[in-house]
Amino acid sequence: MSVLVDKKTKLLVQGITGNEGAFHTAQMIEYGTNVVGGVTPGKGGTKFNGKGEAVFSKPVPVFDTVKDAVEATGANATVIFVPPPFAADAILEAIDAGIALIVCITEGIPVNDMIKVNAALKDSQSRLIGPNCPGVITPGEAKIGIMPGFIHKKGKVGLISRSGTLTYEAVKQLTDLKIGQSTCIGIGGDPIIGTQFIDAIKLFNEDPKTEAILMIGEIGGTAEETAAEYIKANVKKPVISFIAGRTAPPGRRMGHAGAIISGGKGTADEKIAVLKDAGIHIVESPAEIGVVVKSALEQAPKAAKKVATKSRAKKKVE
Amino acid sequence: MKIHEHQAKELLKRYGVPVLKSGVAFSAEEAGKVAWDLFESQNVPVVVLKAKIHAGGRGKGAMHNAESNEPIHFEGNQLRGVSIVKGDSIADKVYKMTQNIIGNKLITIQTGEAGSIVNRVLIEEGCRIAKEFYAGIVLDRQTGMNTIMVSTQGGMEIEKVAEETPELIIKEWINPKIGFQDYQARRLAFGLGLEGDAYKSFLGFIKKLVNAYEDLDCSLVEINPLVATEDNQIIALDAKITFDDNAIYRHKEYATLRDITEEAPLEVEASKYDLNYIKLDGNVGCMVNGAGLAMATMDMIKLSGGSPANFLDVGGGANVERIANAFRIMMSDPNVEAVLINIFGGIVRCDKVADGIIQALQTVKVDVPVIVRLDGTNAIEGKEMLLKSGLKFNVAINLKDAATLVTEVLGSIN
Repeated sequence: MSVLVDKKTKLLVQGITGNEGAFHTAQMIEYGTNVVGGVTPGKGGTKFNGKGEAVFSKPVPVFDTVKDAVEATGANATVIFVPPPFAADAILEAIDAGIALIVCITEGIPVNDMIKVNAALKDSQSRLIGPNCPGVITPGEAKIGIMPGFIHKKGKVGLISRSGTLTYEAVKQLTDLKIGQSTCIGIGGDPIIGTQFIDAIKLFNEDPKTEAILMIGEIGGTAEETAAEYIKANVKKPVISFIAGRTAPPGRRMGHAGAIISGGKGTADEKIAVLKDAGIHIVESPAEIGVVVKSALEQAPKAAKKVATKSRAKKKVE
Repeated sequence: MKIHEHQAKELLKRYGVPVLKSGVAFSAEEAGKVAWDLFESQNVPVVVLKAKIHAGGRGKGAMHNAESNEPIHFEGNQLRGVSIVKGDSIADKVYKMTQNIIGNKLITIQTGEAGSIVNRVLIEEGCRIAKEFYAGIVLDRQTGMNTIMVSTQGGMEIEKVAEETPELIIKEWINPKIGFQDYQARRLAFGLGLEGDAYKSFLGFIKKLVNAYEDLDCSLVEINPLVATEDNQIIALDAKITFDDNAIYRHKEYATLRDITEEAPLEVEASKYDLNYIKLDGNVGCMVNGAGLAMATMDMIKLSGGSPANFLDVGGGANVERIANAFRIMMSDPNVEAVLINIFGGIVRCDKVADGIIQALQTVKVDVPVIVRLDGTNAIEGKEMLLKSGLKFNVAINLKDAATLVTEVLGSIN
């Protein structure tokens, strides 16, 4: 098992005929993701098999609306490659069509647009990952997003991160040490995101195949602290964390709109202190993410396995 | 994106937010003319002269000579960032004071000792203040809603109030589905202890402020102080607006409001090429793809015994031109003693990046040690290209080796 996505996930691509959409759809199909359709308003009824160097191994039907696509294909997930001015609308359309998992890659969506999306999400059954994120991957099963598939390895560490390339860095370090990943979730670097650390932690905590959780945070906001509180009270599996931005100056937006220390709040040191207090293993240097995960797994193999068997047993009873 | 107080007031005025009559000037002559036309000739008895820079703490800040760094005195007193001018010949006094302000530097608690050169002044009508308050609107990340904050602690830094006396801050959240409601405005007004005309004036003020905040796609609006005058009017005496950078495309007119003299020149240069650069004061320049990895790389430099000279995210498409521009900007910082390039090739191929680095170094002179770490797609090919280039690189594949190289290189310099 894994969380959020697997081989059975039926994926739509919103903005499939754009350059980004086409390129990454080709990559996702190649990885083995079940792409059942695309949405580009005005191009419904056609079949699309990529463009330029991005050629699909099979043509994908294109629909005018998400609703049409869901009716025709039974899609239960969507990934959004739509430019910022139209991205919030694309998310709202997916929510309206009742799609369970919405992954939004787009970077640069205005905050006021995301405030509306956030309100609509709360009244729906949909889950949003992102925006401004690399997506979700369950190694060996399905990749929904823009991460390089080849660095991943199937395994038992669940990974959650606010960043893109820093996540790849962490994954690569794990894979190099032969530590596989159950699922990797990039939650995004924006101030308003659909799935927070705490939501992803809950999923991994309940997933019997995940034996340890790696949380990669960064300066700004208090999402890491909120997650730490939950972890302290509920999570028995080892949790490992790295917080980027110890050397970042206050008041400056460090690339991600969400990565800003404001009014003395959201500093890395503050976060690290709270995480330590929750019993989380702290990675001091980004070069040692893999090593610390390895030692945390070695330190607590029994506890992790016990939890895993227990929840599996519970599943059987149900 | 930040704008000046007078620009913020001009925008707020369009939404009906009460502000005082004011004029901006870029020279002493202009300042004298504004003071005469708007105020002295209209028999206004008191005006306030404000030196405008983006940093806060201007009222208590002190003017210093730009060259000698000596404090500037006017009529026997230290000249500050904000001065009250009254009595006869207001325009003449404003003219003389502005001669000492424009072109000189204002040192405030926020600018640090370096201070900030003043290029413009604001001359504003004086008013009789009965009480000072604080009002601000900002995104609350936890709820995903905009929050309105008011406080009776006007003039104080809100962060300080939040830390020391959080009970003195009254908050209301704007539900995006129904918008800001009257009862919320009333709760804020009662919370500030307002009554009578001031109470009524506040209700109008806060609704207009919320409207402006939302319509202008702000990420912050702060009125500090917000004042109640002796005749019970609520007026925004100061105004600070920050726009949501992601929404700037919706407001073409914002381009004319940007004051690049307030931004670090290298950052302005970088923004032309769509590079995300922030100057810091360390000795190791770094060039990274991705914001999170860039922050992590800065942290690693620190742990390796160096100090990051900058934050620089070259983004996904790391082509030759981009890398060359990034090098040029990074190398214009004279404090850079070594350079670390850290690229994780996901979508980007490391061999292409290596090619970009080699070509860029033929156009940009780099006379400090360069450490290159390439990992991910085609990393081995990239490494070989760098080693065969005949240029001097310190090449690493993983982050740990890169960290060790930083320590070694810095050790060999010092």
